[in-house]
This record gives sequence, C-alpha cells and structure tokens, in this order.
Amino acid sequence: MLSPVILITAILNGLLTGAVYALVALGLTLIYGVLHIINFAHGALLSAAMFAAFFSFTLLRLDPYLAVFVVTPAFFLLGYLLQRFVIGPTSRGDDRNMLLVTLGLSVVIENVLLYSFRADTRTIDVPYAFETLDLGFTFLPIPRLIGFGVVFLVALALWALMRFTDVGKAIRAVAKEKLGAQLSGIDVAHVYAMTFGLGTACVAIAACLLMPSYYVNPTVGNAFVLIAFTIVVLGGMGSVPGALIGGFVIGVVESLSGLFLGESLGQIGIFLIFIAVLLVRPTGLFGAKA
Amino acid sequence: MKRLGAIILVVAVLAAVPLVVQSNTTLNFLVVTLLVALAGQGWNILGGYGGQYSFGHAAFFGTGAYATAILQVRYGVNAWPAFAAGIALGAAVGWIIGALTFRAGLRGSYFALVTLAFAEVLRIIASVAPITGAGVGTLVKLDLRFEALQFQSRASFYWFILALVAVSLLIAHAIERSRFGAYLIAVRENEDAAKALGVNTTRIKLGAMVISAAITAASGCFYTQYFLFIDSGIAYGARMSVEALLTPIIGGVGTVFGPLVGALVVQALGEAAKHVAGDAPGLSLIVYGCVLVLVIGFAPRGLIGLVDTARRAVARPAKREAVNG
Repeated sequence: MLSPVILITAILNGLLTGAVYALVALGLTLIYGVLHIINFAHGALLSAAMFAAFFSFTLLRLDPYLAVFVVTPAFFLLGYLLQRFVIGPTSRGDDRNMLLVTLGLSVVIENVLLYSFRADTRTIDVPYAFETLDLGFTFLPIPRLIGFGVVFLVALALWALMRFTDVGKAIRAVAKEKLGAQLSGIDVAHVYAMTFGLGTACVAIAACLLMPSYYVNPTVGNAFVLIAFTIVVLGGMGSVPGALIGGFVIGVVESLSGLFLGESLGQIGIFLIFIAVLLVRPTGLFGAKA
Repeated sequence: MKRLGAIILVVAVLAAVPLVVQSNTTLNFLVVTLLVALAGQGWNILGGYGGQYSFGHAAFFGTGAYATAILQVRYGVNAWPAFAAGIALGAAVGWIIGALTFRAGLRGSYFALVTLAFAEVLRIIASVAPITGAGVGTLVKLDLRFEALQFQSRASFYWFILALVAVSLLIAHAIERSRFGAYLIAVRENEDAAKALGVNTTRIKLGAMVISAAITAASGCFYTQYFLFIDSGIAYGARMSVEALLTPIIGGVGTVFGPLVGALVVQALGEAAKHVAGDAPGLSLIVYGCVLVLVIGFAPRGLIGLVDTARRAVARPAKREAVNG
C-alpha cells in the first residue's frame, strides 16, 4: 500500500495542475456559454500562445510572468479578429459551419507552427523552475503554486468583468437572449468577438503560466484541450464554477491514475470519464438543461 | 437512371487511366486519391446525408487497417478474409459508438466531440497495446501474389481501389433513392420534425453510422495492403479524421460524387503545395485547413454546388431570351 504522504503529495500536485486545466477550460466554457459552439481551435491557440511566451523569453529575454502582460492582450486581439472576420462571416450563424471553421483554423494554426518551428520540443530555462516550497512532509513546486494563485485572480477578475461592466452585461444578455439583446441595440457580432477574445486571452495566460515548468511543441495544446473538453463537459457546458471545480477534479484524477496506472493509461482514465459523462449526463454536474 | 449512367461513365473513364498513364508516381497519386475518396464517402453517408458531423472517422479507418494487418501477421489469416473482417470490425466499432452516442441523444457539437474522443482513446490504446505492435507498429510481409491481396503492378492496386470506390458510389446512389435515404435526409434537415412524423431517428442514424463506418474501414484495410505498414498515428491520428470530412465538404456534402471530386482537388492541391514550397511537414495540412475555411465561407455546397449554381446562372438568361424572342 502507498504511504499517505505520497498520496497527499499526488493530490496536492493534482490540484495545482488542475488550476491551469481550469483556466484553459474557463476560456472554452465562456465561448460555449455565449456562442454555443465548441471551439476546436482552442488547443492550437494554446500551442501558439506557448510559442509566443517561448519566443518572448528567448528573443526579448522577457520572463514568462512578465510576458503575460504582452501575450494576453495580443491573443485577446487575435481571438477578437478571428471571430469577427473569419469564424463569424464564414459560418453565417450555422452551428455545423462553426464547428468546421474552428476545426479548419486549428488545422491551419497547428501546421503553421509545425511548418515554422518543426516538431522539436523546446523548454526555457528560468532560475526558479525547480524551486520548491517545503511543507515539512513534502515539497511543492513554486511555478505551479504561482499558477494556482494567478488562476484564482483571473477567475475573480472575469467574474467582476461579467458582473459590473457594460461589456459583461452585454455578454450576459447575448448569452441569455440573443434576439432580445439585438433588439435593445447590442451589437451581437461585437459581443461574440469580445467573448472569443476573452476565451483566447484565458488560453494566453495559461500558456505563460505553463511555460516555466512545461515544454512547447506544435501539438502541445491538444493534450490540454482534450482535458479541457473533459472538464467543460464534466462541469457543464457554459458553467464557470463548473469549469473551476471540474479542473481540480480532473487534475486530481489524472495525478492519482498516473500514480496507480502509469502515464499513458492515466490519460485513458480521463477520456473514459469524458465519454461516460457525455453518455450519462451530457449537461454535466453543474450545467443547466441542454 | 441518369445518375447511374454517370457513375458507370466516371468509373469507366477512371478505369481506362492506367492504359494511358504508365508513370508509377501518377498511379500512386491516383491510388492515394481514391483511398481518401473512399474514406470520405464513408463520412459523407453519415455527415453529408445524415447531418451528423463526426470528427473521429479515423476510429473506423484505423480499426480496418489494424484488423487486416493483425489477423494476417499474428493469426495467419489469409489477406482476403482479413480484409473482409477489417470492414466488419470497422462496422462493429461504428455500431458500438453509434449505439452509445445516439441513445444518449448526443447531437451537433457533442457528437463531434465524442467521436473525436473515441478515436483518441483508440489511438492511445493502440500506441501501448502489445497486439498492435505498440509504438513500433505492425509490418505486413511483402508477398506479391493475388492470393495474398498484393499485386505486382500499381495498376492492379489502382483497379482494386477503384472497384471499392465504385461500390461506395453505388451505395450512396442507392441510399439517395431509398426510403432510408429520405428518412436520413429528414433527420439532417430537422431531427425533431422527423421524429414527430414517426421516423425512428435513432435507428436511422445508427444504420447510417454502420454503413459509414464500414466504407471508411474498407479504406483502412486497403491502406494496410498497399503500404504494408500501420502504426497508431497513421491509423487513429487526427489527420485521417480531417481528410475524411474534408473531401466531401470540399467536393459537395451530401452528393454522390462529392467525396471523389473533393479528394481529387485536395490531393492535387497538396501536391501543388509540395512543388511550390518543397516537401515540409505540415504544409499540405495548412493548405487543407485554408481550403476548408474558404469552402465553408464561399461555397457551402462544395465545388459541385458551385458548378450547379454557375450552370443555372448560364441557363436562366438563355431561357429568358428565348421567351422574349
């Protein structure tokens, strides 16, 4: 039997990893909640953002935690423009078209990265990458602790944005009643693009948080996004608290199944949860009716 | 009848190609094109006629490919029954996935997502399971005999895949003309309305899924016999899922010839990109992705739809003149 220390360490590590998963899932659920589409380009955008963080470090000597202030606005803009000028106009409001356009975008982004930077796996070398916090019985990596804290700040900021600003009000109005919002003078195309931009910004922050302790290659985002899909499905499509709680649950599940079953089978565990939730309760644990 | 004539004509013209073209490179290009067209026709049955967009058709392609390879290599089964078993197993996987997802009432985004997940689960399993050769993959022994379903000449391979494509065209044609096809299209246009009129939508979708999976699995079986090698990335990777949906969407979704036209265009564009920018990883997929977005934006009914619109635009003024004159 495993000692409780190993078990607790695995759970704590799972919670820390889960925070970043939650952030990626937050972007996905935000977009789903308003546009009612699953953004299949989310993973490719995450890979792209990680490359952006990587090159800010290697070319501009910008620490990932500072790069977040450059990469995030840039990706917000990118997301805004993609929705406003590519996804919106080409799909003309048809759900099936939106699915295919985001899939097409993901194929393009992923392969532009592959074409430009090859399949090599790269890492950055920051002095604090291996620093740990001593809890007496175990050690926790500092970069992940920082990530954990930032995710909470982001979630709080997002909540405040939705609750107290005009943009947030408009987004909530469009999510609830699109036609009504349009009739009261809200520019729906703009709101859609703002939402897509916010979702993409979440991914950019997640990328900067991951970069100090993770590697980057053109397909790195896919692994995260399949997990994020699982979280979003588990937490309920469009539900923000669901994404956060789902993120932690999946982080712990992954950490524990990795401990008991080994790395690659641990991944299967997540997919099986994913498929099981979809089949049994597709609205998720916190979702409203489909 | 007109459609049937068109199918016979197209297949006859394609069958005559190796008599004129002897270049192995060209024939190889055409074999791969037909392979993709076959996989795409499978997707087209479910996605084009039934409106159920699968993002994981690699699940069927890979199952067909692996079954054909493993039955021969590990169990000493002859290639022909192994090929048939590959199709049957692909159809069975389709039935299982379909039964689970359609019973659970998954539609649209959810259906796309869950098919993607199934393909990914199969990919991970295939990359670690000993029976598939895990990370190394499975090699089929070179045995260029008709009995081993391997041919001396590329032309024979070409005729074999052409025969499979011809069968898939006939299946699509038969579905279009059948009651089952009418129900399937009704499901695509408005599932709730179809249900209200008494169509058993779950059964219709499941039927389409099984046919669709069998056709795409056949392309996987052929892949194994042609390239004699399969691994988890080729079999269950995202690339095959994307190619299977790309060809019918570019050619004309929900049309008999859509996948064939789409496959020709897609493969030709991929080759052209190679000639222009050199053979680099990712290049052809960049082109495919761009074409996918452009087609959805500007030609939602695909190239066949474009030709159709153009023909009508030409025909209409002519008629008006005739009336005026």
